[in-house]
Amino acid sequence: MRSANRRVLIGGLIILAAVAYLVWTGTQEALIYFYTPSELQAEEIGRPGRRIRLGGLVVEGSLNYEPETLNYEFQLTDGTAMIPVQFKGIPPDLFKEGAGAIVEGQMVANGVFQADLIMAKHNEEYRAPAGTRPKSEELYRSLIKEQ
Amino acid sequence: MTADLGNIALWIALVVAVYGAVAAIVGHRQGRPALLDSAYNGVLVHCALVTMALLSLEYALITSDFSIQYVVFNSSRNYPVWYKIAGLWGALEGSLLLWAWMQAVLAALVVLLYWRKHLAFLPYVIAVLMGISAFFVLVMLIPANPFTQHFPVPLEGRGLNPLLEDTSMLVHPLLLYSGYVGFTVPYAFAMAALITGRLSAEWLYITRRWAVTAWMFLTAGIIYGGWWSYHVLGWGGYWAWDPVENASFMPWLAGTAYIHSVMTQEKRGMLKVWNLALISLTFALVIFGTFLTRSGILTSVHAFTQGAVGYFFLALLAVILLSTVTLLTLRADQLKTEGTVDSVLSRESAFLFNNLLLITFCFTLFLGTIFPLLAEAVRGVKVSVGAPYFNYVAGPIALGLLFLMGVGPVIPWRGGSWGGLGRNLLGPGVVGLAAGATAFVLGIRGPSVVATYAVAVFVAAIAVQEYYRGIRARRKTAGEGPLRALGQLFARNRRRYGGLVVHLGVALLAIGIASSSTFQVQREQMLKKGEALEAGSYRVRFDGITGSRGPTHVKVQGIFTVFNDRHEAGQMTPALRFYPRQQEPIAEVDYWIGFWEDLYVILGSFDREGNWAVIKVMVNPMVSWIWMGGAIMVLGTLLALWPARFRSAAVRGERS
Repeated sequence: MRSANRRVLIGGLIILAAVAYLVWTGTQEALIYFYTPSELQAEEIGRPGRRIRLGGLVVEGSLNYEPETLNYEFQLTDGTAMIPVQFKGIPPDLFKEGAGAIVEGQMVANGVFQADLIMAKHNEEYRAPAGTRPKSEELYRSLIKEQ
Repeated sequence: MTADLGNIALWIALVVAVYGAVAAIVGHRQGRPALLDSAYNGVLVHCALVTMALLSLEYALITSDFSIQYVVFNSSRNYPVWYKIAGLWGALEGSLLLWAWMQAVLAALVVLLYWRKHLAFLPYVIAVLMGISAFFVLVMLIPANPFTQHFPVPLEGRGLNPLLEDTSMLVHPLLLYSGYVGFTVPYAFAMAALITGRLSAEWLYITRRWAVTAWMFLTAGIIYGGWWSYHVLGWGGYWAWDPVENASFMPWLAGTAYIHSVMTQEKRGMLKVWNLALISLTFALVIFGTFLTRSGILTSVHAFTQGAVGYFFLALLAVILLSTVTLLTLRADQLKTEGTVDSVLSRESAFLFNNLLLITFCFTLFLGTIFPLLAEAVRGVKVSVGAPYFNYVAGPIALGLLFLMGVGPVIPWRGGSWGGLGRNLLGPGVVGLAAGATAFVLGIRGPSVVATYAVAVFVAAIAVQEYYRGIRARRKTAGEGPLRALGQLFARNRRRYGGLVVHLGVALLAIGIASSSTFQVQREQMLKKGEALEAGSYRVRFDGITGSRGPTHVKVQGIFTVFNDRHEAGQMTPALRFYPRQQEPIAEVDYWIGFWEDLYVILGSFDREGNWAVIKVMVNPMVSWIWMGGAIMVLGTLLALWPARFRSAAVRGERS
C-alpha cells in the first residue's frame, strides 16, 4: 500500500520536474524580447543569432522594394536611432512608409536587421473620416481597370 | 423604445435573480416550501426577462434601429438577415447578453428538470446560478450596456468587423459559449455539495452529463475556431497560441481533467477535494479567459474593448477562488479519501498522472499567457511569448498525455499484473512501433513527428483492439452477429466505448497536427501573366484578375490555373476584399481540401491592369485529419451521452 503510494508520488514528482525543466528551458530559449531602435543600438543586445522584435516607424523615403524578388529594405526609427532592415516576402497590407511596424528576426552583420516577419501596427477601431469615404463604385474603379 | 424595453427587462431580471437566490436559501433554511417555490418561479421569470432583453436587441439589429449604439457599431442595413442576427455576438455588450441568456436558460432547465428532485442541493444550486446570472446582468447594466442610445441617429451602421463576415460566425461563438456556460451547472452543484456537506459522489452523478455535454461543446467550439482561423484569417494555420485561443484551451484542459478524475471518485472514493477544486478551477478559468480577452489587458489579434468590464470579471474571479478555498477548508474533515492507490499499475494511478499532466499543461499555458504582463510589471521589459515557447512546452506534454490515453483504458481498477498489461499492450505496441518505423523508412526524421505517429497509432490500435475484444466476447457468450455485438457494447457501457471513440478522434487529431506543422510547404512569389510557381507536386499559373461588387465590399480575384503533376487540375481564385470603411483589404483564401494535403492559395497584391500578382501558395499536409478527428471526438461524446432508456429498450429487446 504505502509503497504504491510512494511510487505514484515519485512518478508525479518526475513529471513535475520534467515540466518545470521544459518551462525553464522554454523561457530561456523561446522568449522574444522587444526593443526600440535606440535600445538595440545602445545596449549591444542585438547579438547575431538571437531572435528579437524591433518596433518603430518606417522612415519616409527609405523603402526599397524589388517586386521580382519580393526583397524589401527599409529603415526603422524611434526618432533617435535608425536600424536598417531587410525582409523577403509579402508584408501585411498596412505596411508602408511613415507607418508603425514591428519586425521579428535577428541582427546580422553590419548592424542590419534581418526580418522574417513584419507586423504592421494597425488600429482596430480605424474608421475613415465621415464624408471622405469612397463610394463602392469609385473604390471599384480605383482598384481594377475594366478590360 | 426598444432600448427602454431591453433596459427595463434587464433591471427587473437583476432584481428577480437576486430575489431568487435569497428566497431559495431562506426558503430552504426556514423550511418554507412556498418561498422555495417562488424562488423556482423566479428563475423562470428571470429567464423570460433576459429572453425579452435578447429579443429586443435582436429586433433592433434585424430592423436596423440605429438609435442603439450597439446596432450602429455591429450591423449594417445591407446585411443579409443572418449577419444581422449574428451581430448579437459581434462585440462585447451583445456577447454578454447572449451569455446571460444562455445562463438563464440553463438555470431554468435545471429548475424544470429537478423541481422536486435533489431537494437538498437545489436551493443552493439555484442561489449560485442566480448569483452568476445577476453578475452578468449587472455587468450589462453598468459598464457594458448593449442598449446605450446613440445620438444623432445615423442613416447607416458601421457593420461588423469584416473578418466576422463568415458563416462560421453563426456557429463558433455559440458552441464556445454553450461550453463555457455549461460548466456552471456542475460548478453550482459542487458548491451546493460543499455548503450542505453532502459530499458523497451524489453531486457527481447528477452533473456527469452536464459536464460531459459542456466539454463536448467546448471541444467543438475550439476545433471550429481552428477551422475558422484556417479558412478565413488566411495565414495558412489553425492555431496561433493567441491569448484568446489559450483562454478557451485552459478551461478545456481543466474540464478534461475533471471528466476523467470524477471516475476515480465514483469507483474508488478518491480525489474528493481534487474534483471539487477542479470544477471550480474550470469555471474560474472560463472567467479568467473572459477577463483576459475583455479587459484589453493583452494585445491580441482579436479586437477587444477596454474598460471597467475587466474589474468586474476580476472581482468575480476572486469570489470564485476565495469561496472555493474557504469552503474546502471548512469541510476538510469530511473530505477524507476512502480509497488509496493499491498499485502503480492501476486505472486510478493512470488517471492521477493524466490529471497531473493536464493541469501542469494548463499551468504552462497560464504562465506563457501572463508572462508578458509579469515581465513588464516586474522588470519593465517588453517580451512576447509566442508560438515557439508554446510549441516547445506543449509538444512533450501532449505526447505524454497521448501515451496515457492509450494505456489508461486497458489497465484495470485497483491494479493489474505486468503480465496482463503486457497482453493488453503487446499488439497495439507492436503496431505503433511499426508505424513509427515505417515513417522512419519513408524518410521522416524528426524525432517528435515519428514519436507522435507511433504513439497516436498505438492509441488508435488500443481502441480497435478493445472493440474487437468486446465484440468477440459478445459473439461467444451471446452468439450475436458482429454489428449487433457492436451495438450492444455501446448499449451496455456507453461511457467506455464512447470514450474510446473520442480517444480515436484525438489520435487522428494528433497525427494531423504533427504532420501539418512539420511538413508544410510554403512559396511566395511575384508572377507575371502566364508565369507559374511550383509548390510540392503543384504548379500554379497566374492568368489575370477580375473584380466584382458584393453587398458590403469590392472583391478583386486572381485567376490561377493549377496543374497537379503536369495535369491541369482546375482553377483557383484567391481574392482580396476591400471595404469602403476599412483601411486595409481582407484576404479571401482559396483552398482545396484533401485527405492527404490541402492546397492553399493567398493573393498578396496585384497590378491594376492585371499584368502581375504576388501570391503565396501553401501545401498543408493532413490538416483535414484535424477536422475529422474533431468530428469523431464529438461523435464519441454523443455516443457516451446517449440517454440510458435506449439501453433498457435494447436490453428488453434482447430478452424477448
